[in-house]
Amino acid sequence: MSARDASWLNRPATETQIPHRARLWLYLLAVAVVTFLVLPTLIVIPMSFSASQYLEFPPREWSLRWYQSYFGSAAWMQATATSVKAGLLTAVVATALGTLAAYGLFVSRLRAAGAVMALLLTPIIVPIILVGIGVFYAYVRIRLVNTLAGLVLAHSMLAVPLVVMVVTSALKSYDMNQEMVARSLGASRPRAFLLVTLPQIKLAVATSAVLAFLTSFDEVVVAIFVSGGDNATLTRNMFNALRDQIDPTIAAISTVMIVLSSALILLAQLLGRSGVRR
Amino acid sequence: MRSDAALNAAGLRRDARAERIALFGLGLPALALVTVTMVIPVAWLFWLSFLGDDGALSLEHYRRLIEQASYARIFRATFEISAIVTAICILLGYPLAYVLSQLPRRIANLCMIGVLMPFWTSILVRTYAWLVLLQRQGLINSLGIRLGLWDEPLALVHNLTGTLIGMVHIMLPFLVLPLYGSMRAIDRDYLKAAANLGAGPTRAFWLVFFPLSLPGLSAGALIVFILCLGFYVTPALLGGGTVIMVANRIASDIEIFFNWGAASALGVVLLVLAAAILLAAARLIRLDRLFGGHAP
Repeated sequence: MSARDASWLNRPATETQIPHRARLWLYLLAVAVVTFLVLPTLIVIPMSFSASQYLEFPPREWSLRWYQSYFGSAAWMQATATSVKAGLLTAVVATALGTLAAYGLFVSRLRAAGAVMALLLTPIIVPIILVGIGVFYAYVRIRLVNTLAGLVLAHSMLAVPLVVMVVTSALKSYDMNQEMVARSLGASRPRAFLLVTLPQIKLAVATSAVLAFLTSFDEVVVAIFVSGGDNATLTRNMFNALRDQIDPTIAAISTVMIVLSSALILLAQLLGRSGVRR
Repeated sequence: MRSDAALNAAGLRRDARAERIALFGLGLPALALVTVTMVIPVAWLFWLSFLGDDGALSLEHYRRLIEQASYARIFRATFEISAIVTAICILLGYPLAYVLSQLPRRIANLCMIGVLMPFWTSILVRTYAWLVLLQRQGLINSLGIRLGLWDEPLALVHNLTGTLIGMVHIMLPFLVLPLYGSMRAIDRDYLKAAANLGAGPTRAFWLVFFPLSLPGLSAGALIVFILCLGFYVTPALLGGGTVIMVANRIASDIEIFFNWGAASALGVVLLVLAAAILLAAARLIRLDRLFGGHAP
């Protein structure tokens, strides 16, 4: 060990008076916890390229057979198409309704606005199983079970709180006087919103659209109860498959899902970075 | 005439109160959505839970919840599992958040990606990963045997152990985020002052740093505990039928027994408990910290 390393070990860590050497265990623990968070998900990726029926790590032989079994299966493809459609429609519905609500309720400042805002956030704390069976019970009566429309409505309700939170926090850091200026120059309220406010919160709106898509795409419990038949989602079919046995096809599907969601999040991040002009 | 009326209407619309109401109206579509797909269905379940098997108002489902020992077991298991998961999350999450909060911001943000990654990977993907890793011939068992830590493959999944591991993995980021935020906000000069006044590192930590990190810790622990109460997917897949939490019982009441009354009563109790805990805690904790930190 070089002298420089040793001196770093003996130096106190920030304001704690404890030298790094005395709390190496803490650093190891932190690394172990991050590994625990990240590694299990990532390990699925190499496993999906295994040639073996049994999921071994590292795989002894590589192959694409599980991808063939995924992309070659009409049932899996249909479920994937349903999930993507539901995700896109949810992103549109939840982002539109959530952004309108966040803006209206934030600016309105009526006393009732606070109550409505609170109500819009409740889907976060209501146990999802209760939403699942409740929506199922209601949908049976209005014939929305196993329909794309029903699924999108329920998923949009689950995504609205996220959109409202993200957009509201963007509005909080936005100077509303700019809109007042636009209006004093003759712009109507809708015009001022579209031309002045919206361009400045568009990143938050785009981020919330990504989050809404992922909320729907990854949602399991409501999908188990209200999606089925030709409109069964990917997650519903995965859940049922995992209940029976460990089918390595799931590893291939998981890898595709990891890549898709990571790409979307990355996109949102990049948008955010290039959009920050101060 | 018409344009006069329109002008008049436009003038009226500029009236502050009318405009506030119009703006308030922008919230109504979202409100309608949440009402139709959540408030009404859940209210309907409330109603069902008070209907007896003969269709008349009765408390029989609630009476059964109290009388049947199996329900008491399920509630106890749910609370125990939630408490254990919360405790493990604190034990693992506190040191992690502590180290992260002392790293330079750039490096901490990089590590944060690791913490946040579970947020954008499907719960099914992660549950599947644990199924594979923890099975008899899985990586953990073969590694443990090769290193001589244990001789026989351990039963790590399809039981309580697997459920706890999976749940901790899902809930840990919910604890770390608000905790990290509140630790970052602590003014390091307090620690210097403590040292100046003669406190050793241990005393300075427990008397100064730890109390200041408590708001973030309690907010994180609260959200972890409440979300755990409603878990369904993880116990269903990693518990192998042996771990039955309230949500799993609700699902099987519907799927196997078609007993809406019993399922609704269970659901109502679950919701009321979660809401009561949240409201009780709201007196102690600032709730806006729950979702503190950055959106992923």
